[in-house]
Amino acid sequence: MKRLFLAFFIIFLVVLPVFPGTPEFWINQMNSIGIASLVVLGLVVLTGVGGLTSFGQAAFVGIGAYATAYLSTTAGYSPWVGLLAALVLTFVVSYILGQVTLSLSGHYLPLSTIAVCLVFYYLYGNLGFLGRHDGIPGIPPIEIFGFSLLKAKHIYFLIWAFVLLAVWFSKNLLDSRPGRAIRSLKSGAGMAESFGVHTKYYKVVAFVYAGVLAGLAGWLYAHEQRAVSPSTFGINYGIEYLFMAVIGGSASIWGAVFGSTLILTMKDHIQDIVPQLLNTSANFEMVVFGIVMVLILHHAREGLWPILVNFVARFTGSRLVQPKPVPAASSALPQRNRPQHGQVILEVDNIRKEFGGLVAVNDISFNIKAGQIMGLIGPNGAGKSTTFNLITGVYPLTSGSVRFMGQEIAALSSRKIAALGVGRTFQHVQLLPTMSVLENVALGAHLRANTGIVQSLLHIERDSEAQLLQEAKKQLERVGLGNYLYEQAGNLSLGQQRIVEIARALALDPTLLLLDEPAAGLRYKEKQELASVLSGLRDEGMSILLVEHDMDFVMRLTNHLVVMDFGTRIAEGTPEQIQVNPVVLEAYLGGVDDDLGISIDAKGANV
Amino acid sequence: MANVQALLLFYLSKEKKQKMDWSIAKILMQDGLVTGVIYALMAVSLVLVFVVTRIIFIAQGEFVTFGALTFAIMADGGKPGTIWLLPMFGVALFLKELYFVHKGKDRKTLLKSLGVFIVYPLFLLWAVPVVLATDPSLWVKAFLTLLLVVPLGPMLYRLAYEPVAEHSVLTLLIVSIAVHYALVGLGLVFFGAEGWLVSEPFFDGTVEIASLTWTYQSLFVIGMTVAIIGSLWLFFGKTLYGRALRATAVNRRGARLVGIGTSMSGHLTFFLTALVGALSGIMIVSFITITYETGFMIGLKGFVGAIIGGLVSYPLAAFGAIAIGIIEAFTTFWASDYKEVIVFGIVIPVLLLRSILVKHEEDEE
Repeated sequence: MKRLFLAFFIIFLVVLPVFPGTPEFWINQMNSIGIASLVVLGLVVLTGVGGLTSFGQAAFVGIGAYATAYLSTTAGYSPWVGLLAALVLTFVVSYILGQVTLSLSGHYLPLSTIAVCLVFYYLYGNLGFLGRHDGIPGIPPIEIFGFSLLKAKHIYFLIWAFVLLAVWFSKNLLDSRPGRAIRSLKSGAGMAESFGVHTKYYKVVAFVYAGVLAGLAGWLYAHEQRAVSPSTFGINYGIEYLFMAVIGGSASIWGAVFGSTLILTMKDHIQDIVPQLLNTSANFEMVVFGIVMVLILHHAREGLWPILVNFVARFTGSRLVQPKPVPAASSALPQRNRPQHGQVILEVDNIRKEFGGLVAVNDISFNIKAGQIMGLIGPNGAGKSTTFNLITGVYPLTSGSVRFMGQEIAALSSRKIAALGVGRTFQHVQLLPTMSVLENVALGAHLRANTGIVQSLLHIERDSEAQLLQEAKKQLERVGLGNYLYEQAGNLSLGQQRIVEIARALALDPTLLLLDEPAAGLRYKEKQELASVLSGLRDEGMSILLVEHDMDFVMRLTNHLVVMDFGTRIAEGTPEQIQVNPVVLEAYLGGVDDDLGISIDAKGANV
Repeated sequence: MANVQALLLFYLSKEKKQKMDWSIAKILMQDGLVTGVIYALMAVSLVLVFVVTRIIFIAQGEFVTFGALTFAIMADGGKPGTIWLLPMFGVALFLKELYFVHKGKDRKTLLKSLGVFIVYPLFLLWAVPVVLATDPSLWVKAFLTLLLVVPLGPMLYRLAYEPVAEHSVLTLLIVSIAVHYALVGLGLVFFGAEGWLVSEPFFDGTVEIASLTWTYQSLFVIGMTVAIIGSLWLFFGKTLYGRALRATAVNRRGARLVGIGTSMSGHLTFFLTALVGALSGIMIVSFITITYETGFMIGLKGFVGAIIGGLVSYPLAAFGAIAIGIIEAFTTFWASDYKEVIVFGIVIPVLLLRSILVKHEEDEE
C-alpha cells in the first residue's frame, strides 16, 4: 500500500513539468517546496526524532548558498565545486557548534542557533566580497554533462531527485543501529548510555545531518534563484523551517515534504488574499503561522501528517505500516567468553553515597561469583536502587570501590561499564514506547556492532543489521515474548515491558546482569517462567544481582542475599539464614515489640 | 542597536583619526552602562520565567516593543493600536472560558472572567482616548502604557502556555518561538514598520559625575533598574507570593503538593515579566529608535547575558548583560558594522566555557 502511494507520488512528480498545461508558477512553487523539504527533513531527524531543535537552519542554507555563489561567480569555479564547498562548510560549522553546545542542556542548542543565524546574517550584509546587502547576482546555472539546468522545469528534476534521495537516506538512517541510538535521545538518553550509546556523539550526528541537508538546500537555492542576498537567510526563515517540521509532523519523514508544501502554499495564499481583505501589506502570515503553531502544539503535537495517514488507513481499511520480517543473517553475533564458575566477578567494597546530608548508601560491601544469583533486599527506601546506580556508574561514588573482573570501575561512566559486560534493567521501565519491541531489544546490542553513519545512510550494513535483529529476536524468544516482536513497546503490559527490559539487557551479552524488581507486576505463572529463565541463565554461567520485593521469588531463586535498611547492610547469608535472622524480621515487620522507638533503637544497636 | 554617543564618536574618530583614550573609554562605558542595565532587566526576567515555569521566554522582547511603541505613539499625541490588542486577547480568552464552562467547568468563575477579559479591555478602549484628549503629562502616558501592555503577559500565559505547562522544555521553547513570531507580526500590524523615538525626556538637564556628563534621563534609567531589581528582591524575599514562586522554582512538584498551583505561579511570573518588559520599553525608547523588531534584538542581548549566568543565576545574568551593553558600546566605536556579529558571536565562547566548566548537566524532560 505504501509502495503504491510512493509510486503515484513519483509519477506525479515526473509528469507535472512535462504536462504542457502546468503553469510556470507551479513549477517555481514546487522548486521552493523541494528546497524547503530538504531543510525540514534534517529538522525532522533533529527535532522530531532526536528531541533537539534549531531555530537557525536558515544560517546553514545561507552558508551553502553563499559558498557556491562566491565560488561560481567571483572565483569562476564550476557549481559542482560549489556543492562540495557547501557540504564541507556546513559540516564543519554544524560540527563545531554541536561540539560546543551539546554537552549542555538541550535548550542551549536552539538559543545558540539563533545567535549563529544572526551572526551570519550580519556577516553577509557587511562583508564586501559577499556583496553586502545587495548579495551576489549572476550565479551560473548547474550543468550536467553539458546540459544546462537554466529553466525552472529542468532544475526541478535535480531538486526533487535530491529530495527523494534525502528521504531514502533519512529512512535508512533511522532504521539502523545509529538510528536507534538517535531515536533514544529524546526520552531515553540515560538508559541508552547504560547500553553503551555515546549519546553526545549521536546528538552531534543528528545536528550535522540537519546542517548538511540545509547546506545542500542552499546550494540548490543559489543556482535556482541565480542570485543570493542576506534577507532570505534571516532568523524568520529559520523559524519558518521549524514551523514546517512541526506542522507537517516532526517525527515523520514524509511529514517534512507535507509541512513544506502546506506552509509555502499557505504563505502564498495569505499574501494574496489578506491585502485585498484588509487593505494592508503587513506580514499577516506571521500572525497566522504563529497562532497555527500554538494550536498544533496544543492539540496535535505529532503534526498533521500522522493524522492524514490514519485517515487514509481507515478509508482504505489497510495497515500502512507492515512489519518487516527479521532478515536472515550470515552468522550469529560472537559471544563474550564466560568466566569460570565460582570466579569472583564483582567486588563491592565499602561503597558510600551521600546526597547532601543524607547517607543513601552507607559503606556497603559484598561479592558476586560467576554462576550465582545474588539478591539485594530491604524495605522501600533502603538504598537498593541507589546501590544499583552506583555499580553501573549512573551516580558517582562518595567513597569506596567497585571492581568488575578485577578492574576498578567506580570512576567509569555507565557507557564504559556497559562495554565491560554489565547489563541492567530499570526500576521504572525505560523503553522507547513508540519503537517496536524488537528494535528496543536491538538497542541493547548496540555495542556488538560498529556500523557507522555512512554505511547506514547507504544501507550497506545489511548483514550487520540482520545479525543485531536476529540477536534481539533470539533474546525475546528466550524470555517468552517471541509473539510480540513487532508490537509497539508502549502497548505491552507493564509486566511484559519489564521482561522486554531483561531481553534488552541480555542482548548486550553481559557477564553480570543487574535486575531491578523484574517480577513486579507479573502474574504467578509469569513469575514462574521468569524464575526458570533466570536459573537457566545461571546454569550457563551468568551472574545476576537481583533487587526484588517478592520474597517467595527471591528465596527460591537466589544463592545468597544481602539485606539493606536505611542505606546500611543489616544482614548477609543464604536464603535460609536470612529467613530466621531476627534483625531482618525486625526491619520488615517492625520487631516483636510494638513500640516503634524501641525497635529502632534495637536495630541501631545491631548495625 | 545604536548606542548614540558611541556611534557619534565612531564617526568623529573616522574623520579626525581619533585614537581610543581614557576619556573616550569612559564615555563608551557610560553609554554601555545605560543600555546594559536594560539588558540586565531582560536577563533577570528571562531567568525568572525560566526557573519558575521552565519556559524560555523568547517573546520577552516583544513586551519591550509593545511598551516602547505604545508609549512613543502616545507621547507623539497619537492613539496606539495596542488599545485593540487587549480586547482581542480578552475575547479569545473569554470564548475559551465559555467553551470550558460548556464542557462542565464551574460557572462561578465566569463573572470574574467577564470582568477581566471583556469589561476591563473595553473600559480601556473607551477611557484611554478620553484621557489622551486632555493632553496629560508623560507620566500619565507611561501609566496608561502599563495598563494596556502588562495584562497581555498573564493573558498570553493563559492562551499559549497553560494548556501545555507540564510538557517538555523543548515543547515550551517551540511554543515560545511561535508566540514570538505571532507577536512580531501583530506588532507590524498595529505599529507599522517605521521607528519611533521619544525626544521629550522625563527629566531635563545634565549633571557632572566622575568628570562625565550624565543626562538626568540616563540616571533615571539606571535608578529605575536598581529600583526594579531591588523590588523584585524584596518581593521574593518578603512576600508570600514571592516565596511561593521561589518554592516553585526549587521544586515544582513539591510546591504543587503544598498548594502552590502551576497556574498561579505562571500567571504571576508573566505579569512580572510583562511589567519589567513594558517598563524597559518606556525607558529605552528615549535613547534608541524602536521598530516592531527591535525588542526581539534587545531581548536576545538579554539572553546572551542570561546564558552567561547559565539561565539560573540572577546576579551573573545581570552582570553578563551589563557586560554585553559595554562590549556593544566599544564595538560600535571600533567596528560599527560588525557589532551585532561580535555581540551575538560571544555566545559561542561563553557556551564553550560553560561546557568545559560544567561537567554534567541533566536534561529535563
